[in-house]
Amino acid sequence: MDRSPASSNREKAKVMDAEAIRRALVRIAHEILEHHKGVEGVALVGIRTRGAILAQRLAKAIEAIDRHPIPVGILDITLYRDDLSRIAPNPIVHSTEIPFDVTDLHLVLVDDVLFTGRTIRAALNALNDLGRPKTIELAVLVDRGHRELPIRADYVGKNIPTSLHEHVEVRLNELDEAEEVVIETMSAVEKNG
Amino acid sequence: MAAIAATDRATQTARWTKKDLLGLRELTAEEIRLILQTAESFREISLRPIKKVPALRGKTVVNLFFEPSTRTRISFELAAKRLSADIVNISPQGSSLSKGETVLDTVRNLEALKVDILVIRHAAAGVPHLVARRANASVINAGDGAHEHPTQALLDCFTIQEKKGRVEGLNVSIIGDIAHSRVARSNIWGLTKLGARVTVCGPPTLMPPQIEQLGSADGGAGVTVTHELASAIRGADVLMLLRIQHERQEAMLVPSLREYRLRYGITRERLTLAKPDVLIMHPGPVNRGVELDSSVADGPYSVILDQVTNGLAVRMAVLYLVSGAPKVEEEEG
Repeated sequence: MDRSPASSNREKAKVMDAEAIRRALVRIAHEILEHHKGVEGVALVGIRTRGAILAQRLAKAIEAIDRHPIPVGILDITLYRDDLSRIAPNPIVHSTEIPFDVTDLHLVLVDDVLFTGRTIRAALNALNDLGRPKTIELAVLVDRGHRELPIRADYVGKNIPTSLHEHVEVRLNELDEAEEVVIETMSAVEKNG
Repeated sequence: MAAIAATDRATQTARWTKKDLLGLRELTAEEIRLILQTAESFREISLRPIKKVPALRGKTVVNLFFEPSTRTRISFELAAKRLSADIVNISPQGSSLSKGETVLDTVRNLEALKVDILVIRHAAAGVPHLVARRANASVINAGDGAHEHPTQALLDCFTIQEKKGRVEGLNVSIIGDIAHSRVARSNIWGLTKLGARVTVCGPPTLMPPQIEQLGSADGGAGVTVTHELASAIRGADVLMLLRIQHERQEAMLVPSLREYRLRYGITRERLTLAKPDVLIMHPGPVNRGVELDSSVADGPYSVILDQVTNGLAVRMAVLYLVSGAPKVEEEEG
């Protein structure tokens, strides 16, 4: 769940560029529309921070295809983390902004990287406290494997097999002044959450 | 979309590392802003149908109130409950606090029960500080004598920011019994650190000497002192009223509550001197017809109930932040 700061002496490989990210999101938009036969009763919920940005982009792509707007919410899962008592100081909490009632909706959770699955577990608990959705699906830009919980994605931008010594970083224009997915190889000492 | 990026980046550098919240004097402007920002995130939880998040599950909070309190105690109690903490209330009546046990003995006993956070109110200034030095548990000052009441000032700053969009550059007048007010002291520290200009106003008998130097220690502007209500009202963006306690009249500090109202009470007529968008604030409980007339307390400028609502979010933020601080072995002393 933690994002370690990038350092320049690590090996990096770009696995997706801006065009690849754009195409993946357009494909996922089509898949969501195909599966739900439109946007009726469907809403997107992005996990802060990059998942929220991706959810907003997906919503635009869906609207461009289907000509109907789809509601988008932003979920902050900090208060639901399973490692809160193990990390000090406590991580900063941002607000959850879901401007619609989730009960009886088909929700699509959106995140940038699916790794251990613990973020998604936290998001499911958080959504559960907001109401009772009819279904919850998961869309991710990158699935890097190494699940620690029985969780899988319904929509995947790209499957990227990785080792635990690697760190997958999604950089998006809105936040990082870059638009790419890179894999960094870390030394065995600095392990990533 | 830009908003997500901006707020997330703004808070990336700020970190809370203090075990305790004892006063606003000890905090930097960045730490105060971090609390206010965290409170903003917590506000939404109280608007949900299920008003609870699991962040403090398994933590135990003790409300240790050596002085009677209703609103602060309930606010802390609900804040802890909405974060899923367990909370125990201890008040002087019907406990060993009235049997002559020392404060530190009480605290040692509570620590033997493995509590995590102590919320302390005491009539003597410095008691929370004394406890914080001896205890492993986090200590939150809920009011110590006439010294500090940090969560009240934080919720006041939060409410001003919510209503005005900023605190910096605003004129805030604090009116009433400045000498006996921990709310005034904490607000002077908090508001000056956030860049507001503070004026204090009250009768000379209720004005502590050298109050004008308070808040100037870290290069802040200090405060302006006036005994004329009209000059405190004119040009003010915020009027913060303090409760006049009946004991002050008995101690002959004010001739009578009626006379106090004549010179310092905020009436609808006096409010015509104020800016058209002035905010009326009061920490409660309001002495209607003394420091504040009912027509003003219930009027369109009053944000007194917003203060109460915001107090809950601010206290949730403080409980969350101190509970995550590094443990006492790493602290000094």
